[in-house]
Amino acid sequence: MSGAFRNPMVIGVVLLALVILLANAIAIVPETRQAVILRFQQPIATVNAYESDEQFGRTGAGVIWRVPFVDQLVWVDKRVLAIDLQGQQVLSTDQLRLEVDAFARFRVVDPLRMVVTAGNEERVAAQLRPILGSALRNELGKREFAALLSPERGQVMDNIQTGLQRAATQYGVRIVDVRIKHADLPEGSPLQSALQRMATARQQETRTIRAQGQKQAQIIRAEADAQAARVYAESFGKDAEFYNFWRAMQSYRNTFLGEGADQTENSIILSPSNEYLREFTNPGR
Amino acid sequence: MARLTARLSKAIILGNDNPKGPWGSGGGNGGNGGNGGGNGGDGGPRNPWAFPPGGRRPRPNATSLDEFLKRARRGGGGFPGGFGSKQPWIYAAIGLVLIWLIFTSVHSIGPQQRGVVTYFGRYTGTLNPGIRLTAPVPVANVQKVDVEQIRTEQFPEGTQQNLMLTGDQNIIDIKYQVRWDIRDPESYVFQIANPEETVRDTAESAMREVMATVTLEQAIGAGRTAIEARVQNRMQELLDDYNSGVRVQGVAIEQADPPDAVNEEFKAVTAAQQQAQADLNDARAYAQQIIARAQGEAAEFDKIYEQYALAPEVTRRRLYYETMEQVLARSNKTIIEAPGVTPYLPLPEVRRRSRAEPAPVPAPGGGQ
Repeated sequence: MSGAFRNPMVIGVVLLALVILLANAIAIVPETRQAVILRFQQPIATVNAYESDEQFGRTGAGVIWRVPFVDQLVWVDKRVLAIDLQGQQVLSTDQLRLEVDAFARFRVVDPLRMVVTAGNEERVAAQLRPILGSALRNELGKREFAALLSPERGQVMDNIQTGLQRAATQYGVRIVDVRIKHADLPEGSPLQSALQRMATARQQETRTIRAQGQKQAQIIRAEADAQAARVYAESFGKDAEFYNFWRAMQSYRNTFLGEGADQTENSIILSPSNEYLREFTNPGR
Repeated sequence: MARLTARLSKAIILGNDNPKGPWGSGGGNGGNGGNGGGNGGDGGPRNPWAFPPGGRRPRPNATSLDEFLKRARRGGGGFPGGFGSKQPWIYAAIGLVLIWLIFTSVHSIGPQQRGVVTYFGRYTGTLNPGIRLTAPVPVANVQKVDVEQIRTEQFPEGTQQNLMLTGDQNIIDIKYQVRWDIRDPESYVFQIANPEETVRDTAESAMREVMATVTLEQAIGAGRTAIEARVQNRMQELLDDYNSGVRVQGVAIEQADPPDAVNEEFKAVTAAQQQAQADLNDARAYAQQIIARAQGEAAEFDKIYEQYALAPEVTRRRLYYETMEQVLARSNKTIIEAPGVTPYLPLPEVRRRSRAEPAPVPAPGGGQ
């Protein structure tokens, strides 16, 4: 009786132990992670370590066996990770200040080395960040301000990446890319003076445009005047004496009869010997 | 803790009949069998291990099996009743398993989605839209990715200025958006730690890179389309470089203005251009006018001169008299007999009088 009683209990305990053992003997490695197996704190193998050009489904991901309670797994992210660098002050060779935000993308390609040297991804990022900062300042500090904006910047970035890669290799990390996210003039006087320069450049443009406009207008007027004079001269030049007479007649009319002239205000004093009164005083002559 | 109190309370209940404790009492105590509800909560520590076919899940099932065994041990009398009360538990267990199977192995993939399947972490395939079957959950995992939906990233995120340096070292305030979707769900899921942030970083970087190669004029005006295309290409290059599985659908510059601080000056330039244009228009109008007048007057003179040339003396006289007539007819006239007699002419007086009585005019020297 008592043996039959104990039996299911024994089975239960054994099964429990088995399940615990099994849970410790297998591990599921997802595609996004790689693992380092530590046996008594001694790294013995890596699982699902990154290889370039591998295809999903044929990586090391899946179920793996390990020695229960002895092997310890250290997980390392397999994906592309980022280091963000904010607000780096960079001084160019022509003493212009630039505030730079940059980022580096990296991937752990040697998880074993990474685990040994840094422990985890965060610490790698923390250790690479100042290196990135100084590489950035060094490289940008060798250039003139204008070069930082020019297409040459690609070369600068490559140099920074090379410099950072040198340090990153020690951590088993590959730098995928280094890029400048922001490169701005710092708030305060550098920004203000740049804005000032823009403003004055515009003012200069404004004045130039105005002056050019006026100049063109004047030229057009002068040309028109000249053309008018030529037309007059061509026509009136045929008989200058008659023109004189004809124009005088027009002028009298305009002066005495023109608009705005108060005709009753005109008082004309004529001498009897006036040409107009010649027939008046000496008829028939 | 809950387990402990449950066991304690049970020990107290059992204490009346059987002081040996729970393990010993199990078989002999009929009251325990009837105590099904309380036993369910209590069953955790011992029952599952006792009956392996039940596995981890079907705890209620195990309880009923337990009861069944107890009854069996107690004697044949319990059999019929035991079977009758056991069957609902089995059905419930089967039902639970079925629900679990349906919920974790049947996947409805929407038309805009793809399902990335992993078996024990290993990628095995991508599910296309439809109702798809996989192994149940501890074995297979399906991550649904919305590949068709176009995501939009706005730069800047708020309403503040987003200042950028242009190639000619000017500053521009730019607002733009990037539209992207997922081309390759596996890469999207497995390759990039933080896809959205990656897209944003890439966009900012690419935009600044392109901006650094164009002038302010281009950025504000005609160059926008080219800039958008270049940023899109650059972003795509970078994202492909990261194997991100992201496709950039488009970059749209919504606004590219000079910074607020200098906007007035930029407007002044436009105003000056308008002003210059206005000046030119004025000048052209004047030119047209003055040339036309010259031509008109010249033509008039030519016509008259033609006639004058035919009969110079007569025409001249006629013109003279006509003009004089018109002029003198509407003026005050004074004719003075000269010389020697020079009358005093109080001109203001004359004017006043002429105003009072328009007709008579003093003509000292005889006159009309």
